[in-house]
Amino acid sequence: MTFSTHRPRACFQAEGAASSAGTASTWPDAVYAVLKEADVCQACYVPDAGHARLIDKLHGDADVQTTVLTTEEEGVALAAGAWLGGQRSVLLMQSSGVGNCINMLSLLASCRFPLLTLVTMRGEWAEFNPWQVPMGRATPVTLEAMGVRVIRVDVAEEVADTVSAAAALAFDGDQAVAVLLSQRLLGRKRWTGK
Amino acid sequence: MSKTGALDRRVAVKELTGDRRELLIVSGLGSPSYDLFAAGDHDGNFYLWGAMGGAAVMGLGLALAQPQRPVLVLTGDGEQLMGLGSFATIAAKRPGNLSIVVLDNGQYGETGMQRSHTGLGIELHRIASAAGLIATDIHDHAGIAAFRPELQKTSGSPRFATIRIAAENPERALPPRDGVFLKHRFRRHLGFAVS
Repeated sequence: MTFSTHRPRACFQAEGAASSAGTASTWPDAVYAVLKEADVCQACYVPDAGHARLIDKLHGDADVQTTVLTTEEEGVALAAGAWLGGQRSVLLMQSSGVGNCINMLSLLASCRFPLLTLVTMRGEWAEFNPWQVPMGRATPVTLEAMGVRVIRVDVAEEVADTVSAAAALAFDGDQAVAVLLSQRLLGRKRWTGK
Repeated sequence: MSKTGALDRRVAVKELTGDRRELLIVSGLGSPSYDLFAAGDHDGNFYLWGAMGGAAVMGLGLALAQPQRPVLVLTGDGEQLMGLGSFATIAAKRPGNLSIVVLDNGQYGETGMQRSHTGLGIELHRIASAAGLIATDIHDHAGIAAFRPELQKTSGSPRFATIRIAAENPERALPPRDGVFLKHRFRRHLGFAVS
């Protein structure tokens, strides 16, 4: 029996140079290029404003299967199914969604499924809404308690490189990896028209 | 109103998965995994022992990755009830190669036969249908025989069926519990090398 290489079949070619790091506003474009470079073929999400630009880019790519989820734990199961079928995926969510994933993360630990998730943080930098604070504070310890490697990014210029390293750790190193995109990086949320 | 099933679950699953050809199967935790294993182990089976509520969406990820292969999620009413949102997620995505079958006995069998929502009258096929899946409610062997060819489809709308089984716990038939083994076995079956 002839096996294909361990690397899943490439579903698209990278268009842009993944090495362009991006700035405060363009880092999602650099992340998109990194995901393409890493052969990520499926993207699923519960939306967050911090992911809006990346979600738009992924939706605009006919070679990426995008799936909107009703709850973030679906994304954990979807990532496992995609990997079973030979595809790499990314799960985009907000820190509040991490709490919804806890038991489903057992699936990754039990089967050593890779996971790449990009988590936009709430409840930390100039947070207006106190209801976001408890899960924001608990996000890294919750992930770590369930066996997920946590890498945090605070600077726009480092996002793409970090996601690239996280993708390698996930898909080549067989690890569940979460990249936390800090609220300071994402910027203050405007609550009023002024 | 509860509609109690009469079908023997082991017989029903054997009938459903016979002549499977290219079918890939993900089974939900508890009795559906035992039933699938008892019907005949296969490298294209992935038995869940946990991840309650995740079976259907795991099947979605697999179906999207393998659009040429038909995919079946075989699960129980309790497992599916924990993931009702997956009906919306799957219906919005509409993978033509995905079928979901719920073995519905109206009970949480693994934990001592407490009545589930379906045992209290909630009908999963109606919820699935409302979400936009093509849904069937199967009560007899003729219904299984009529539905079985649907599992081979790789286009059209995703399909959903409840199979009304009797509320009984046959002797457990235990598939492998090592998730890493099951993962590698499944991926090898699809031609992916183990790293």
